[in-house]
Amino acid sequence: MTIAETTTENPDETPIETSVTLTINGSPVTVDQGQTVLDACTSAGIDTPTLCYAENLTPVNACRVCVVEQEGSRTLVPSCSRKAEDGMEIQTDSPRVRHSRKMVLEFLGSGVDMSQAYQVHRWMDEYGADPGRYGPEAARIREDVKVQDDLYIRDYDKCILCYKCVEACGDDAQMTFAISASGRGFDARISTEFDVTLPDSACVYCGNCVGVCPTGAIQFKTEFDMRQADNWKPEEQTVTQTVCSYCGVGCNLELHVQDEKIVKVTSPADHSVTHGHLCIKGRFGWTYVQPTIERR
Amino acid sequence: MQGLQNGASMYAVDPRRTSSAKFADLWLGLELGSDVALANTVANYIVSNDLHNKEFIAHSTTGFDAYVESLSEYTLEHGEALTGVPAAAIAEMATAYATAEKAQILWTLGITEHHNAVDNVLSLCNLALLTGHVGRWGSGLVPLRGQNNVQGGGDMGALPNKLPGFQNITDPEHRGKFEKVYGKEIPAEDGIHLTLMFEAMERGEITAAYVIGENPADSEADIAHARKLLKGLDLLVVQDIFLTRTAELADVVLPASVGWAECDGTVTSSERRVQRVRAAVPPPGLARHDQDILRDLAHLLDYPEWGDPTPEDLWEELRSLSPLHGGMTYDRLEAEGGLQWPCPDLDHPGSPFLHGWLWEPDLGGRAGAPFSPVVAQGPKEQRTEEFPLWMTTGRSLDSYNTGVQSGQMNSPIRYGNALDMNPADAAQLNLVDGETVKVSSPRGSVEMPIRVQPDIPVGLTFTTFHFPELVDINQLTNDAWDKRSGTAEFKAASIRVEKLVTA
Amino acid sequence: MTDLHLTADRATDAEAAAIDAAIVECGLEPVIIDETDRLVRGGLHRANNARHGLLPALHALHNVSGWISHGGINYIAQTLGVPPAESFGVASFYEMFRMEDPGHTDDVVHVCVDGACQIAGADGVIVSLEASGTTVHRSPCLGQCERAPAQFVQGNQGRPDFVAADREPTVIPQQGDPTLRLLKRMGVTDPESLDDYVAYGGYSALAKAFSMGAEAVLDEVDSAGLKGRGGAAFPTAFKWRGVRGADGDKKWIVVNADESEPGTFKDRHLMELDPFSIVEAATIAGFATGAQKGFIYVRGEYPLATKRLQNAIDVARERGFLGDGIAGSSIGFELEIRRGAGAYICGEETALFESLEGFRGEPRQKPPFPTTHGLFKQPTAINNPETLVNVLGILNDGSEAYKQLGTPDSTGTRLFCLSGHVANPGLYEGPHGMTLGEAIEMAGGPTGELRAVLLGGAAGSFVGIDQMDLPLSFEGTRAAGASLGSGVVKLFNTETDFQAVVTRIAEFFRNESCGQCVPCRVGVVRQHELIIRTAGRSMNGERSLLDDMDAAMKDASICGLGHTASTAVRSAIDLGLIGA
Ligand SMILES: Cc1cc2nc3c(=O)[nH]c(=O)nc-3n(C[C@H](O)[C@H](O)[C@H](O)COP(=O)(O)O)c2cc1C
Ligand code: SF4
Ligand code: SF4
Ligand code: SF4
Ligand code: FES
Ligand code: FES
Repeated sequence: MTIAETTTENPDETPIETSVTLTINGSPVTVDQGQTVLDACTSAGIDTPTLCYAENLTPVNACRVCVVEQEGSRTLVPSCSRKAEDGMEIQTDSPRVRHSRKMVLEFLGSGVDMSQAYQVHRWMDEYGADPGRYGPEAARIREDVKVQDDLYIRDYDKCILCYKCVEACGDDAQMTFAISASGRGFDARISTEFDVTLPDSACVYCGNCVGVCPTGAIQFKTEFDMRQADNWKPEEQTVTQTVCSYCGVGCNLELHVQDEKIVKVTSPADHSVTHGHLCIKGRFGWTYVQPTIERR
Repeated sequence: MQGLQNGASMYAVDPRRTSSAKFADLWLGLELGSDVALANTVANYIVSNDLHNKEFIAHSTTGFDAYVESLSEYTLEHGEALTGVPAAAIAEMATAYATAEKAQILWTLGITEHHNAVDNVLSLCNLALLTGHVGRWGSGLVPLRGQNNVQGGGDMGALPNKLPGFQNITDPEHRGKFEKVYGKEIPAEDGIHLTLMFEAMERGEITAAYVIGENPADSEADIAHARKLLKGLDLLVVQDIFLTRTAELADVVLPASVGWAECDGTVTSSERRVQRVRAAVPPPGLARHDQDILRDLAHLLDYPEWGDPTPEDLWEELRSLSPLHGGMTYDRLEAEGGLQWPCPDLDHPGSPFLHGWLWEPDLGGRAGAPFSPVVAQGPKEQRTEEFPLWMTTGRSLDSYNTGVQSGQMNSPIRYGNALDMNPADAAQLNLVDGETVKVSSPRGSVEMPIRVQPDIPVGLTFTTFHFPELVDINQLTNDAWDKRSGTAEFKAASIRVEKLVTA
Repeated sequence: MTDLHLTADRATDAEAAAIDAAIVECGLEPVIIDETDRLVRGGLHRANNARHGLLPALHALHNVSGWISHGGINYIAQTLGVPPAESFGVASFYEMFRMEDPGHTDDVVHVCVDGACQIAGADGVIVSLEASGTTVHRSPCLGQCERAPAQFVQGNQGRPDFVAADREPTVIPQQGDPTLRLLKRMGVTDPESLDDYVAYGGYSALAKAFSMGAEAVLDEVDSAGLKGRGGAAFPTAFKWRGVRGADGDKKWIVVNADESEPGTFKDRHLMELDPFSIVEAATIAGFATGAQKGFIYVRGEYPLATKRLQNAIDVARERGFLGDGIAGSSIGFELEIRRGAGAYICGEETALFESLEGFRGEPRQKPPFPTTHGLFKQPTAINNPETLVNVLGILNDGSEAYKQLGTPDSTGTRLFCLSGHVANPGLYEGPHGMTLGEAIEMAGGPTGELRAVLLGGAAGSFVGIDQMDLPLSFEGTRAAGASLGSGVVKLFNTETDFQAVVTRIAEFFRNESCGQCVPCRVGVVRQHELIIRTAGRSMNGERSLLDDMDAAMKDASICGLGHTASTAVRSAIDLGLIGA
């Protein structure tokens, strides 16, 4: 590196700006090169259902609820991972798209407890999904709730196998690899090695898995207890963004407050400091603030 | 870690093989306190093998020749003898650092909690100057701060010799700016830092203390001594969110509220990023905002000019006084997810790194960055026959400082306070994992369990200081401190471990 | 990957030794090396680079202990740096690995319960084996349909695996027929002798390739019109050109010998009886694409094929046909075998890459395609063994001669796997375009009164007896809404319990879905349930439900398994085999 070569600009962040133009439902949409079809849909104001996608994780394109029709492709394509290209022609509301989205939601609803996946209820209505079609004998996930510590619970009866928790625990954020998908097919489950309890596993309780789970399958113990007591009222909760009080990284926290009490902590996925990921102290270390506990 | 996934190499230099060290391509387990020796050996190797950035050195630095001279004794062989790290590994790391296109040196308290902390830091700065790994994207010197707002405290003038924005108390021009706004005179001499304060207490020069949000009765090195001095004060006022051990010694306790959840304001993280904190819940009981307590105190002390400012009013005042923060309005902090200083005006995007000027073709008349020759000294205390083991202290992931905050959470991964020990050392003392032992240093002794840990080298032990109510570990640590930084040597004490005689 | 958390369980000495040996065999060393008390080499990069040793390490562990023991997983974690949860996730993906201590040290007898074996009395075999105290595992098609009901014995306590062909030689019905191209050496040469191979024309194609140059090889394969025999019928030259032209200095050849499509046993024959031909052809592929190294991913239930291929590789290397400077040239190429562990999905090319790399065998979304992002995300040519062996003839005799057989769109000959209710089940070679009836006649005609033929495998479809004139070519079958798939021709006579056969096909997909994408993971379960639910009655309204599911699986699944999971079932209903 010589004096002449060095600039104070980030060389990685100043590529030659190129954009691509594709057609969505007949209208042209222009996005930056490298953005996905989903990004393009979003910028065109089109609401696309997603389950396994999160902006702070690498797309695994597993749930298939975001599929769209691409001219020239034999099958539908997952908008969350397909990069936008010049000249692409995309349909987001064709009968094929609507049918597959409906079937994905219906399939999930027929095997998994989706009662706390509030987003999904809206899409189920929108696409007319009827999980009852598969009869009362349809196989379900059927798993008991795992309550193994005071910080969070795992209720895999609600798991849609979106892999988000595995990614957050692994190489997309935490690098702890305490959990993995195990087994195969309908019997696949998210699990620690040999299903040992979380405290016996590699888990460091960063709660990043809790933060990304879309269905409540991984849930803060506080939320779980309040739900059990029928006292969980999201509509009454306020959310305040602040900064973690522990180390010097400066992670942003969202404090969810109900009845003047913090009931859970999340982190904004779009924040540049840690993209929604925290450690145990930021995620769970707030209990000392509560008025119910005497401050010693 | 994302950097590693993208292909970066990592060399971990630490007496212990920590979790982070396990991600590293190579772990160099240097002898406790041999940091300068290692840095100088690396430097010597870089220079002897002609791997230094000559253009950068000539253009942007001063004092190179004297520095090179100071390195002469740090040959690989000598470095190996001083640090315990094989010469080939030092050479490998030096080559990798010097030849990388981008490289960073990151450190935490392992460098700074030593009696020669400033030397440690300077020795690393020298390396960056030697290779030009500073002031560019992806290269630099990165101290990682243990507390969320140490940086912010310093920014806001919570240093004995600085006004907000790192302006000098002794500079009449800087002082004058503040005096004009405050309408009061500011003492023209530097104040003294915590360690000196304790010495002043000892001499009876300080007889009253107002402690805000610190727990020195648990956290100071050589704790018994510190507590005695606090007890001897005429007046001790403690303002805290907890009834800490320090507060228990106080004459007056002012219950405060939790900054990040019960108050509005700003904090500054390690990367100089100023961010907003916001009140989410009301403070409990009689607890009040720090700012309200101080305001009332000001009014009681007959300073009505204080008025009744909002946090944003206070921030606006700071913006007008501190050029570093001039461009950071609350609105911008909100919209841009925080800003990194210096950010002098509203159009400035903030500064992800410092020292970029070193790379400018014209340094604008400035002399360049100076090399600072430093001599390896090792820890103040040496191991002796009586105290044959090293003890170093640190943190564990789920706990924080003296544990008053994190201790409230029921963490499934907390193993409590234990003294980590190499299996060989444990075997020699005939100890088993989990056994409670007596640990003594020249300053005192405590009883605590041991944890047999292959990741710690022979001769070294490690413990955390998160559980003072269980084990008063700072009874053992050394309060020898660095005259320049005021930090005590938490990282190196000589100890003896003894089997407890069972009754 | 690095900061590992292990349980207290420790590996036995035997487990540790077996894992160490497996890792060395992969050319790896332990990830974490304590150079001194104060110097440890390890870390993320070394762990990532060694990850492909995981599947071989799991095989080694399973073979000595009979299960994936907790201590063994910990030892693998310490040696390869793979976090225990990940190893567990990977091991539990495969049918051949037991995840619980069986409590005994017996070998496991895998008995095939798929089509050909089902109608040949597999159930009875299982009952009598179990009665005699044998540990039995119900397996999908074992690729020995010509020997139905088939078995595969999985060794325990270090004992080797074996199949029937280890004991009694495989019969080649067309053996010695001078018109044969692909099967000409089968049963004629000693599969372990390189001299025999060379005496019967072996390694002349490689010599020719070297003298023509890589571009000319690509041209020749192109003008021969060779299309893939693994099921997708993709033009081979196009794929190879893609790899040759792709950026990157590391490129790979992968031979997809995971043959698991029910009813398919052609690749097993090639590997067991003419292994050098695959080694030679893979070397040519390396030369043509610019790849320096190849892997042959062999189905886990193929012990004899693995042994013969390994011998061929070793002998070829010894004699200078592999390694640096092949046959006196400046060209280098290496080959290594990797064993699958019981997962149909690992035959899907991208799932195979994942499996080989040491991850769960879950297919990737395409694009990007293997030609640019294949094994280790690097440019890769992946081919079926039969496809590769065709290249030898193309180079030896020229593309014009090659095209003399077959149709313009389906050039050359084809291997057909005849099984089920047929007089002489076995592997046959015939020109593309021969009719279904002719193929059946080659094998002596049906036994009993033919009712339907399953063409192309479980991912193919049933055709009726009115289709005897169907030309067995890519375009001919496609026009009839069927597919050649992997060359399966499985016959069923009127005595067949089609409800049982079709239910088993549905169960096969239910068991073999990797579980990654929702349409397939749930769709194959609902399909199986529907077939059971409607047994012995008319489908009525349920037919449209099946069509709904099929449409979503075809349109929205990630890979070919989901796309084809309904095809055979629906064709069975259309033919009135069930649901009437
Ligand atoms: C579920 C599934 C299983 C497959 N199994 C095999 C197989 O066992 N062997 C094979 O060669 N190809 C198999 N394929 C096809 C491969 O994905 C790939 O197309 C083939 O290996 C390419 O080689 P070719 O061009 O020489 O045919 C399978 C595909 C799918 C979707
Ligand atoms: S809490 Fe963190 S470490 Fe534990 S399983 Fe979840 S993501 Fe992994
Ligand atoms: S537990 Fe939640 S995040 Fe994890 S796979 Fe299941 S639904 Fe997704
Ligand atoms: S279609 Fe089936 S086998 Fe293929 S990726 Fe999806 S779940 Fe896996
Ligand atoms: S959101 Fe795109 S596949 Fe799940
Ligand atoms: S081996 Fe049984 S059907 Fe193929």
